[in-house]
Formats: sequence, C-alpha cells, structure tokens
Amino acid sequence: MSRTPSPLNLGLAALLAMLAIASLAIGPAPISPLMAAKALVSDQGSASIVVREIRLPRTLLALMVGWIFGLTGASLQGLLRNPLADTAVFGAPQAAALGAVIVLYFGVVGALSWVLPIAAIIGALLSIALVVTVAGRNATVVVLVLAGLAVGSLAGAGTALAISLSPNPFAVTEIVFWLLGSFEDRSSTHVVLALPFIVVASLMILSASSGLRALALGEETARSLGVNMPLLRLLIVGGAAVGTGASVAVAGSIGFVGLVAPHLVRPFVGYDPARTLLPAGLIGAILLLAADCAVRLIPSSVEVKIGVLTALLGVPFFLWVIARRKAELAETPA
Amino acid sequence: MMRLAATSLCVDLGRRRALDAVDLILGPGRLTVIVGPNGAGKTTLLRALAGLIAPAAGHVTLDGAPVVRMRASERARTIAYLPQGGSVAWPLPVTNVVALGRLPHGEQPDSLSAAGREAVADAIAAADLKGFEDRPATELSGGERARVLLARALATKAPVLLVDEPVAALDPRHELTVLQVLRAHAKAGANVVAVMHNLTLAARFADAIVLLDQGRVQAHAAPAEVFTEAQLAASFGIRAHVSHAEGGLVVVAESALPEPR
Repeated sequence: MSRTPSPLNLGLAALLAMLAIASLAIGPAPISPLMAAKALVSDQGSASIVVREIRLPRTLLALMVGWIFGLTGASLQGLLRNPLADTAVFGAPQAAALGAVIVLYFGVVGALSWVLPIAAIIGALLSIALVVTVAGRNATVVVLVLAGLAVGSLAGAGTALAISLSPNPFAVTEIVFWLLGSFEDRSSTHVVLALPFIVVASLMILSASSGLRALALGEETARSLGVNMPLLRLLIVGGAAVGTGASVAVAGSIGFVGLVAPHLVRPFVGYDPARTLLPAGLIGAILLLAADCAVRLIPSSVEVKIGVLTALLGVPFFLWVIARRKAELAETPA
Repeated sequence: MMRLAATSLCVDLGRRRALDAVDLILGPGRLTVIVGPNGAGKTTLLRALAGLIAPAAGHVTLDGAPVVRMRASERARTIAYLPQGGSVAWPLPVTNVVALGRLPHGEQPDSLSAAGREAVADAIAAADLKGFEDRPATELSGGERARVLLARALATKAPVLLVDEPVAALDPRHELTVLQVLRAHAKAGANVVAVMHNLTLAARFADAIVLLDQGRVQAHAAPAEVFTEAQLAASFGIRAHVSHAEGGLVVVAESALPEPR
C-alpha cells in the first residue's frame, strides 16, 4: 500500500461521493441533489426525514456491500491466481442466504438479530469449504466453478424450500429478496448489523495484500519468500465468508460485483494484485450504488431487484472473460 | 558461513519415500549441481534444503540450525529458492516481478530502498534482461520468463541460492550465461545448489556433483569423479562418452542402454 492516496483512488472516491449524493436524491419524493445534501447535514423538515431515515441507510448499505464484494473478488482472484474467482461463482451468497433464512423463518430469531449475519457467515463458510473439498486442493478453476455452481443451485433451492416450509404465511413473498437481493426498506439498524463484520472482513483482506503480491509467482515461490500460506488463505477465505455473510444477511444474495470490479481497475495499477484491492473495493461500491440508483429509476410497478441487474451485467462479463482466456483457463490449477 | 547440511534426511511424499537417509554437507563458495534420473528425488531434496517440506526423519540445518524452524522472514532472506517451471499469474512488468525478490527484506516493488533498486538492476543485468524491464512478464517466451524468475531469485541477494532446472527452457547461449552467473555468484561466496538434467553443462560448470538415484545419494564429489562411464551407465542407463578437454570435463550421452538399470 502506498502511503499517499493515488490519483486513481482519489478519483474513484470522488465519483463514489457524487453517486452517494445522487442516491440520496433518487426516490419517489422529488428532492434535488443539493437539497439532499443539505437535508443530510441540517434539519430541512420532511426532506431530512426521507433522506436520513430512508435513503441514507440504503445508500450506506449499497456502498458497504459493494465495497466488500469488490475487495473480496480482488483478493480471491489474487489468492487463486485466477480472474474468474469470486464468492458468487462459488455459490457463497446463496449459501449465506440459506443460513440466514433457516434461522429467520423457523422463528429462532428476528430480522434484526446478530444471529442473522452469523448464520449467514456460517452458510458462506460451509459453501466455500464444500466447494474446496469437492473440487480438491489442486483443482483447476473450471472444476471450482462447476462445484460452486452446484453448491449455489443447491443452496438456492434450499432457501426457497425453507421459506416455503416456514410456518410464517407471509414468508413466501420474501423468497425473491433472499435470492435476488435488494436495498429497499432498509433501516439504520441493518447498517449497524452489517458494519462491524464488514470492517473486520476488510481488515482481514487488506492485511493479506503483500502476500498476494508474492503469490503472483505461485505458492511455492510465495512460501520461499516468507509468506505464511495457511494464514494468507485463512485471512482471505475467512474475510470473504465474513463479508459475504454480513452482506447477504442485510441485502440478500447479490452476485457478480466482486467478479467484475477487479477487472476494471487492474490495467490502471499495473496488474499488481496488492494495489488492485483498494480501487476494486471502491469500484465495487460505485457499481452497486449505481445499480441501486438504476433500479429506483427503472419504471416498474414493483422495484426491480438489484441482483437481477448485477446478474444481467455480470454474467455477460463472466462469459467474456472465459471467451478471452479459454486456453489458459483449461490448464490453470487454482 | 552458510553451511547447508542434511543429516539422515528422509522425506515422504504420500506413501512413497522420496528421500532415504540423505547425508550431505554443502559448503559456501561452491556451485553444487544435483543430477539424477526422473523421479530420483532431486526437486524434493532441493525443497527440503529450502525448508519448504518437513522431513519424515533427520533434518536440514543451516550453520547448525534446523531450516524448518527458522523464522519465515529470516529464512526467506537467507535462502532464495527458484522452483522449476514457474509462471507469473498477472501481466506484471518484468522489473516488478524481479523486485518481488526484495519482499523478504520488507521492500515492496513500489517502495524499494536504494540497495533494493541496485539489487534489482544487478539481477536484471545478470539474467541478460536489459531492455525487457517494462515488458509484461506473461508475454515473454518460456526461456525469457525463466530468466526473469531467476533474476527474481538473484535479487534477494541471499547467501544461499537453490535453483531447480534453471536452464531447462533456455537456448544454448543463455544456458551458458545463466551457469556463468550461478558460478560467479558462488565464487562471490554464496552457497549455490542447482538441479539440472544437462550432464554436459553440469560437468563443465559444477564445483561438485551430487548424484541422486531412488532417493539416495549415490555419489557426491567433483565432476570428474562422479561422471565415469560406469556410474552413468548404472544410474542413468546410458552409454556416455567422457573426455577431458581444455575447458574441463566433457560428458556426451551417446545411447540408451537396452536394459536401464
């Protein structure tokens, strides 16, 4: 990490700030961006209530979740030395949703309990462990992706099943939330619920950055350069699970942000896996915040779920990366 | 001093005993070349010397201290290790790849010290990579990439350098330049150990040869003592022509013997 912020990171942060203001201004009640900014910092009557209590939590959540997804994607791609790695590709968000849904709809806890993110984190951890166990330690990324697809589908089906079997008759309407994600109707409690986990996950991942650099030359070389590989794996996989679990617990499963974000910044940081982390997090936040503004602007009777939009943009991107790097992907052990 | 020693070293890979009671003392200031047929345990021996695998029995010590118990950062500064056939995951510029050799010194590629910058420049020059500095490492040929990875190992300026098949992908000219670099490094006081298949080059450049076969050390001596026609027939199953020329020993593999070993 360089000590002074790079122009790239400053630019991204500025863009993020502008989007955040826009996000505060977008919604059914017409409030101009200037007014939104004013309403945030000073009392402007009803505008302040709308901005602070409805739009601010939503904006902060999209920002936090996008940030941790970008960071997670960049670190997993660095760890596995593969541009197709991401929690979404490994089925982790669906598994996290399953964990949350099980404790929620069987009446174990309410929607605003700390148990919810913890159950989601356990779901994410189990899915990553399952994918890695099934695929084996030296699996190619193709095998990893296939195993992830299977685990993701299974967890998605499990989520729908758990909700259908739930004693709560209204639960069925929420299947869509858990499978496709949304920032609609989120409160500051959700922010408080997710924030500590996202901070911990960020610290875990960022502390692994120098090890990721050495890992560009493979595990054997990284170890000879003094990198503690088990610790590096623990920090990144653990950080990914904690970040994904906490995000899914408050926003449902949202995919592909982490896959796309690192690719957009790599050329600007000389493909350095350590310097990719920070801007990938910023880009992730920008992408998700922009997507969340877009779902509010799309004219529809019910708000379009954000996971729909990220998948519509993310999947073609995923296919494009596969098409471009077919030959090497066939042989690269993850 | 940097004396590397293996004592009754046994290493298991899965259920197979890859190294069996290996005793070796490798002194500084020498280029030692490990040779042996495929599956002899050469790479396993090098990894054990580097402290990257824990022995099933026996131990590897550096000046008397077991390498597997050295602190990772100290071991990385002391022992540079180049695995065989390495790759670079991202299109990093050559200079940045070479600069990764400075990580054990706590120097990141974007914040090298003056000594670090000098070490990187020296390594690039030694591996004959001038003019390649800004090229993405993933766009180089196999031989060029092998030299970049060797330069990375050199840039650490470690007193012990362990390299696995450093010339496997190289053209004849670069085979020679790389071996000259390794020998010069040894002459400057480093303890250099290389695994190689090219017996001709090994005979010409090595100060000592370790002949490994089926996980055991069959011979550890000067090239002229190890590379005898009888020994080459017994260990490699080849008929070889051995002669003495002006530049040193010349070993030429002539034909495979009908019944190897």
